Amino acid sequence: MFELLGVPPQALFGQVLLGLINGSFYAILSLGLAVIFGLLNIINFTHGAQYMMGAFVAWMCLNYLGLNYWAALLLAPIIVGATGVAVERLLLKRIAHLDHLYGLLLTFGLALIIQGLFRNQYGSSGLPYAIPPQLTGGQNLGFMFLPNYRAWVIVASLIVCLGTWFLIEKTKLGAYLRAATENPTLTQAFGINVPLLVTLTYGFGVALAAFAGVLAAPIYSVNPNMGGDLIIVVFAVVVIGGMGSIMGAIVTGFSLGLIEGLTKVFYPEGAATVIFVIMVLVLLVKPAGLFGRTA
Amino acid sequence: MTDLASTDAPAAGLSLAETDNGTARLHRNLFIAIAVMLAIAPFVAYPVFVMKVLCFALFALAFNLLLGYGGLLSFGHAAYFGMASYVSAYTAKNWGLTPELAILLGTAVGAGLGLVFGALAIRRQGIYFAMITLALAQMVFFFSLQTPRFTGGEDGIQAVPRGKLFGLVSLADDRALYWLVAAIFMGGLLLIYRVIHSPFGQVCKAIRDNEPRAISLGYRANQYKLMVFVLSATLAGLAGATKAIVFQLASLTDVYWTMSGEVVLMTLVGGLGTVFGPIVGAIVIVAMQNYLATLGAWVTVVQGGIFVLCVLLFREGIVGVISKAIKKPL
Repeated sequence: MFELLGVPPQALFGQVLLGLINGSFYAILSLGLAVIFGLLNIINFTHGAQYMMGAFVAWMCLNYLGLNYWAALLLAPIIVGATGVAVERLLLKRIAHLDHLYGLLLTFGLALIIQGLFRNQYGSSGLPYAIPPQLTGGQNLGFMFLPNYRAWVIVASLIVCLGTWFLIEKTKLGAYLRAATENPTLTQAFGINVPLLVTLTYGFGVALAAFAGVLAAPIYSVNPNMGGDLIIVVFAVVVIGGMGSIMGAIVTGFSLGLIEGLTKVFYPEGAATVIFVIMVLVLLVKPAGLFGRTA
Repeated sequence: MTDLASTDAPAAGLSLAETDNGTARLHRNLFIAIAVMLAIAPFVAYPVFVMKVLCFALFALAFNLLLGYGGLLSFGHAAYFGMASYVSAYTAKNWGLTPELAILLGTAVGAGLGLVFGALAIRRQGIYFAMITLALAQMVFFFSLQTPRFTGGEDGIQAVPRGKLFGLVSLADDRALYWLVAAIFMGGLLLIYRVIHSPFGQVCKAIRDNEPRAISLGYRANQYKLMVFVLSATLAGLAGATKAIVFQLASLTDVYWTMSGEVVLMTLVGGLGTVFGPIVGAIVIVAMQNYLATLGAWVTVVQGGIFVLCVLLFREGIVGVISKAIKKPL
């Protein structure tokens, strides 16, 4: 067995793979945060809780309704996205005229409520969710063993991320969205229903989080606390990347996941903090973030 | 950046009244009332409960100094509170320091951490500022989690000796310790009151309300922001260090993000940008936690609910509403 930089390749590539998977969650979540921030000017603290809800809806679909993973992958984003639409219409709309820090406080409160309710109902120990039968097993690539499900998570995330990029940067709807982000009043004067666009955007961002939650369910167990710590890491990712660019969010998310995975191999103690350390370095060198537009 | 406080805080609209005699007299009377209440509290209530309220009230006062008067929403104040708590507990237990030295050392660490984190966080504004402080605090949490030799890991630092004040007065008795905590709280409150009403405090408010204008008038906004940040972190550290001696415990709860959320909640409930609001908020939230302690995760749900209701319907907070009713800043 050969060694790479003093580390067995199986461990190295295993962690790189896990890093990429985490990175795909960072990418999807920071993408959702960036899209929501662009139009609503709030940082959606509920994002982690909505990611957790996605995983729970998948679990409920399986255990209460007998619907399999693939149905959940479609249904969970729709259901959780619909709750997001309700949240925007009932709550966020009322504080849209206030300073955006109130949006942070409101969504933080909402995250506490959701996490508390799920913890009461399902406990904190986590519920198992099996890998769908089509994706069990794996491929032997010679230098490493690649579990099918993990490969699927990375591919699916890439497709969703690039699809979102295409939707926002290349389609008519995306053009409306970008216009409303630049200048909502003027966009509305051109006859575009901006309030509806705002609602749908929030729903879409939330649906992205739920999609990530379903992808995560078979890898990490379904747990009410799964989103709480993750969202803070995603905040750091957002600070590093800056929220100005969709592609920037995707690239930053995947690269930071990769760096975190590599840190786990070479300096395991630093793995939990490496992203925060990178955030500090970026703040020192380029305070606006790597892809940030404004200082 | 349109500032949080400029839209809601009563202080902004009523700043003229601050120089008026009636307000000064009212504030003096309030301070006397607080001192009297502090004097009788240990005889009518359970001293440990009152000390808990005082520690959290000081923590909330420190937080409000930054948000209410500096316009900076820090979502990571648990870092200074918790780290100071660890240092105070560790030095009192393992180095055998007297309580006042342990508290001072903890406070100094809070201040140092505040200086470093503040210098980083003020490089960005508004929403990013909140996210950066939160992320930095989470880094402190992971550090605490991974250095069990210092923090005791999941167990925390338990059975911290209360020791003898100045090596002379034993603080083992709750009543004895109470007077120390009351003195620390009163000192912190008076300091914050003094800072808010000093020329420094006025400049901070100017920066909060209109940063570009303050800069154009020649004020170095970043220096003021950093100073108010360090001051806030120092007092948060003082609160945390004192708490470690009171409960003889420093644990991961103190550095976790939920603690940062709690102090935001206390300030919001009591009244952002009011002098006395955070004290009222701390009493309400600590009392609520005590009553609901048996309900487990429902405490989180109730806290979240209060957050949502406060933001939607009650942005001025309890003291803010009273202040509006009597048309005087509190």
